[in-house]
Amino acid sequence: MKKLLLSVLSLVFIAGVGNVGAESRDYISIVGSSTVYPFSTVVAENFGKTTKFKTPKIESTGSGGGHKLFGAGVGVQHPDITNSSRRIQKSEVETAMKNGINEIVEIKIGYDGIVIANSKKAKQFNLTRKDIFLALAANVPNPDGTPTVVPNPYKTWKDVNPELPAMAIEVLGPPPTSGTRDAFVELVMETGGKKFEFIKAMEKADGKQFKSICHTVREDGPYIEAGENDNLIVQKLDANPNALGIFGFSFLDQNADKLQGSVVEGVAPVFEAIADGSYPVSRPLFFYVKKAHVDQIPGIREYLKEFTSEKAWGDEGYLTDKGLIPMPAAERKKYSDIANNLTPLNASDL
Amino acid sequence: MNKPENTTSGSVRTVDLVQKGLARRYKAEKRFRRMGLCAISFSLLCLAVLFISIFGSGYSAFQQTVIELDIVLDPSGLNPNNLAGADFNGLVKTALYNMFPEVKDRGEKKKLLSLLSSGAAYKLADFVKAHPDRIGKALSLWVPADDDVDMLMKGHINRNLPETERRLNDQQISWIEALEEQGKIKKKFNTTFFTAGDSREPELAGIWGATCGSFYTLVITLILSFPIGVAAAVYLEEFAPKNRFTDIIEVNINNLAAVPSIVFGLLGLAVFLNFFELPRSSSLVGGLVLTLMTLPTIIIAGRAALKSVPPSIREAALGVGASKTQMVAHHVLPLAMPGMLTGTIIGMARALGETAPLLMIGMVAFIVDIPGGFTDPSTALPVQIFLWADSPERGFMEKTSAAIMVLLVFLVIMNSAAVYLRKKYEKRW
Repeated sequence: MKKLLLSVLSLVFIAGVGNVGAESRDYISIVGSSTVYPFSTVVAENFGKTTKFKTPKIESTGSGGGHKLFGAGVGVQHPDITNSSRRIQKSEVETAMKNGINEIVEIKIGYDGIVIANSKKAKQFNLTRKDIFLALAANVPNPDGTPTVVPNPYKTWKDVNPELPAMAIEVLGPPPTSGTRDAFVELVMETGGKKFEFIKAMEKADGKQFKSICHTVREDGPYIEAGENDNLIVQKLDANPNALGIFGFSFLDQNADKLQGSVVEGVAPVFEAIADGSYPVSRPLFFYVKKAHVDQIPGIREYLKEFTSEKAWGDEGYLTDKGLIPMPAAERKKYSDIANNLTPLNASDL
Repeated sequence: MNKPENTTSGSVRTVDLVQKGLARRYKAEKRFRRMGLCAISFSLLCLAVLFISIFGSGYSAFQQTVIELDIVLDPSGLNPNNLAGADFNGLVKTALYNMFPEVKDRGEKKKLLSLLSSGAAYKLADFVKAHPDRIGKALSLWVPADDDVDMLMKGHINRNLPETERRLNDQQISWIEALEEQGKIKKKFNTTFFTAGDSREPELAGIWGATCGSFYTLVITLILSFPIGVAAAVYLEEFAPKNRFTDIIEVNINNLAAVPSIVFGLLGLAVFLNFFELPRSSSLVGGLVLTLMTLPTIIIAGRAALKSVPPSIREAALGVGASKTQMVAHHVLPLAMPGMLTGTIIGMARALGETAPLLMIGMVAFIVDIPGGFTDPSTALPVQIFLWADSPERGFMEKTSAAIMVLLVFLVIMNSAAVYLRKKYEKRW
């Protein structure tokens, strides 16, 4: 019995390890942003079901982690594609060049809105980016009007803006490692900060000081880092009608019966408003392809074709069902041409 | 003569003392027992809350809403020799439109079509491939409904909410109600959940892929860590000289058992992926990393089991002329085996529930295909739970709880096997 078990186990082992060290990979390996993950996985699944190729493997590593893995070198042990919820940085391109990756193809796939939402049990908020900056920055302009900053004294939304309800400021949001947080800080906090003349002047004069004021989120309680799990934020908001949450539009779209997005600068976060650019807090999403891998790993061209097809990213495509905001037709045409011709990214454009 | 008096007075004093303290001691005894009882009931309560909340939100995942379609397998579009090129999606669409002939508008048709899962066409394709003789005939087939419909049927979406706050509009609900009247929509046992790999559509997602990944990972872990662990334990306990060097080794092993598991993941990334260039995301690397993690547990349990074998056994074996190796192999090891196995199973159970080290070696990934070997990319059960918990679709919430239930079932089986083995083979000396 023992011998039988042992031989069965070793057979299983040999059968499984037999193909170790195979120098090729027959599936596409994708890494990168957790924001793009829901979209690229849908494309990958459809691609796997409708073509003869294997379904690509997709890891959700975050944008920064994805670029690091992507730029590590050329060869089957390195990923072929990285998803990114921001544009690739110059330094990342330089690292990739140093590791022998000379041609990177950049594909923009669409837009994602960042929403500030609360439970439907409470009233809808009507915010400006200045309000949000004042409520969440660690240091805010002195309320007495002098051009200095003081530690954030505001406790309720009413303190920030008399038109807002007298509710304690309580915001659940992503931690600094998240791409959503990067985009939120850039699109909301920076713009909010620039509403003050002396902070705006600082941007040119003292960039470091400007960043430290606009990018530092308060840590005295009102802003609660809720982890990378957006579903957790959704559940907490449902349980606590006094709190606001910051997360990607697709989660609001899926939970429209429980949550409502706050109006920002007079525009509510609905599909149409994000698509036409009138909702101010939206960002482009990208993925990057290693050109050297294209004919080494089977299926990359076909995967690009699937992703850039109208049935995927078009106005009525299946990605919009998952919450992706499509690009205008002309922009779609531009990037599907890039995908077809594999036009590499020019580092000087960044 | 004074002596007896002394004893009596002395014994009286003792009795008095005992009597005086007795109430206090009884009280202390009761208090202690009550505290123990409280601790146990508190932990049972926590466990009950956990189980009830998981079961309450997860049991519905074992059911799946399906819709019956009357499909005519038109032979003109279906060539039995080339089924891959057939338009199964078109057949499904036609069948659904035929059920609601009043729907003409293109937008309305799209809404109607969204009641069905994108898996409906694949289901039909599988059926036709399995039964090519049915081509040219009509058949009725139950196909999966979309996850929004599924949520509505299970009562997770309130039908009475205003239209804008639901993912299904009034018209779609009226279609569903029409289907309900005709008995063409029902809930059935969800086999997909146990046979499919991961998917981005909750109604098509299953845990079989993750279970296979966990199985392959654990096989590697077991066949590496058990022999190495037992050999290390035997050598350290029976053969190694007792000196400072072995002391250092012992301290290190105990230390390793307490190292956070993410550290082993980082080690695996540096050694197995970057240095040996083993395939990323494979259960081979996962198993190697988990081996490192479980080895200390097995060695410590193994040494404890060896220590509990009484020295008389060893001496008797040596006394009748056995060599040291024979003594260990024939007598000590068989007697220590139940304890070692228990330790191994508990170590395996821990490895089964581990996510953190797998994160570093790329096993936290979206993988649809069922892994077929040790080098195929794969995930593991706890990783699947983590991924589903992070998905925006409502349908994944119940899937998450259901996957936790499956993981718990495996853990309970493994731990009760450990208890059973211990009860059955344990010898008391």
